[in-house]
Amino acid sequence: MTRKSALFLTTAALGLTGGAAWADSELNALVWCDHTDPSLIEPFEAAHNVKVNLREYEGTGAALALLEQSRPGDWDVLVIDGIDVFRAVEANMLAPLDTAVLPMEDVFSEVVMAENNTIDGVTYAVTEKFGYNTISYNSAKVDEADMQSLSTAWSDKYAGRISIYDYYLPVMGLAAIAQDIATADLVGEDLIVIDDVLSTMRSNAASVAGVVAAQTALATGEVDIVVGGGEWLTAVLAEEQPELTWTIPQEGAVRWAQSIGVVEGTENPDLAMEFIKYIMSPEGQARLATSSCFWGMPANAKAGDVLTDAQKATLRWDNQPDYLALTQLYPAPDADLDIEMQDLWLATLQQ
Amino acid sequence: MTGQGQTRQGWGFVTPALIWTVAFFIIPFLVMGAMSLATMQGRTLIWGLSLENFAEIFEKAYIRQAFLVSLEITLTVTLVSVVLAYPLAWIIAFRVPPRWQRLALLLAVLPFWTSYVVRSYAWLLVLAREGMVNQAMMGIGLISEPLTLANTRFATVTGFVHFFVMLLTLTIYANLIQLSPNYRRAAMDLGASAFQTFRHVVLPLTLPGVVTGAFLTFVLCIGDYVTPQILGGNTELTVPQIIMVQLGRRADFPLASALAILLMAIVTLAYLASARWLRLDRL
Repeated sequence: MTRKSALFLTTAALGLTGGAAWADSELNALVWCDHTDPSLIEPFEAAHNVKVNLREYEGTGAALALLEQSRPGDWDVLVIDGIDVFRAVEANMLAPLDTAVLPMEDVFSEVVMAENNTIDGVTYAVTEKFGYNTISYNSAKVDEADMQSLSTAWSDKYAGRISIYDYYLPVMGLAAIAQDIATADLVGEDLIVIDDVLSTMRSNAASVAGVVAAQTALATGEVDIVVGGGEWLTAVLAEEQPELTWTIPQEGAVRWAQSIGVVEGTENPDLAMEFIKYIMSPEGQARLATSSCFWGMPANAKAGDVLTDAQKATLRWDNQPDYLALTQLYPAPDADLDIEMQDLWLATLQQ
Repeated sequence: MTGQGQTRQGWGFVTPALIWTVAFFIIPFLVMGAMSLATMQGRTLIWGLSLENFAEIFEKAYIRQAFLVSLEITLTVTLVSVVLAYPLAWIIAFRVPPRWQRLALLLAVLPFWTSYVVRSYAWLLVLAREGMVNQAMMGIGLISEPLTLANTRFATVTGFVHFFVMLLTLTIYANLIQLSPNYRRAAMDLGASAFQTFRHVVLPLTLPGVVTGAFLTFVLCIGDYVTPQILGGNTELTVPQIIMVQLGRRADFPLASALAILLMAIVTLAYLASARWLRLDRL
């Protein structure tokens, strides 16, 4: 089946489910950049005859501030870091979610993350996509055996050839794992040993870069290794530069996950739910997984039926059981530990 | 028109600007000031009259360092931009035939036409180890190994200077073009050399334009987040970068506001230092 005819059939199928009910409605979603890919959004808009207005944000704090400053009903859907669902719930920003209409039985059991998405027995969000903050590298420029251990990946051997992903939680999570500290058990006292690891990383790094800058640095040969990288960093470059790849070292790595939920006070609860159903469907999941902004594993295992073999190979579909077993969710600190971690991170950058 | 009528007409002209200033400067500034005196308890905002955020700024070495980095970068950029822009403006004003001056100015401001972010990423590529600058220097045998130019303070300053030279060129050109050629002729007639004419006649008369451009450069540079974030590679942090980190994940608006207030205080000091020469009407 061609991509076009698949799109048509999906659109037609979605249309049969009642597109007329929301004719000319608008859905406002606060999202990460992967949701802004037209190939993800357009089929939903066409099927339901609605307009989806997307607003990208960076950082949960920024999203919650935006929601606080908005009127109830301004926003319908929120995509949020899986570890921060509880913050949105505490702030009364997420509405309870009816998971009975979602394909929860098809979600990889390791990423259901009930401890994050369900609070006091009420589910407020579902995991829609996940991936890893690990080691991305240029296989033509580094010894691949060195990338199998965290300590050698950022060792002096690669001084000046490393970029560190500019987000303290996953990078400090990696540092914790390198010191055999479980990310879920991280406490303030652990920051002393993490400080040492960060200092080593920092002294060998040429830059600490955000998504685009890290991709650019790796693609242009400015650096050969990105600590904190993963499939989300190199997958979009895989076709043109197959030497750019990623691995999960023997010590493990951290796992990220993004969740989606309905915003409390939405005036379009049914349409918002319909959007989440679409995103969680195999077709929606496949498109989200291969978004032009960044790739990542779909939470719904049935997306494997829609993804091509090449796409699955890039996502390392067959390795997922091993990867899931080897990785830990990145740290979810409470407010006080968060301040300590952020201070340590900024002090390290300023060294 | 009666005096009362004139007053009413005067208010009519001033009121829109006044409303604009109150709505988009005074009120936001007061909100920011109030916010800087609030605190965060956990993730909850507590309104109050606390100086805790300011104390935190002075206690934390990395924040103090950020102010130092911001000032160093800003002063370097301002100085380099003035040194490069003055001769450029001079050439356009006095060496380029009048009919070509418009085109020359158009070419000078051409970089403004591209997106600020895109321009910064372009510099990242140009300064990369395998980028144009390193390749050219290696091609002519100036260096044997590529230099680390991207993700450094040098890259940040280069990105800024590229932008601000254009701004300064415009303000200095506007000043130079208003300068009557008779001043220079008179100085020459009185036996002054070309350098003496420049030193004692042209430079003092064009100083307001230079200082105005330099002040604008200072203000825009010290508050900029994009250029150091993209080109500096986080090898050192400036104050706007620290502010963004406070907002991104933790939404610590009180600390971010306190940092912004101090940044404004620095700009105010810069204004007071240059007020003697500032002529904003020259813009």
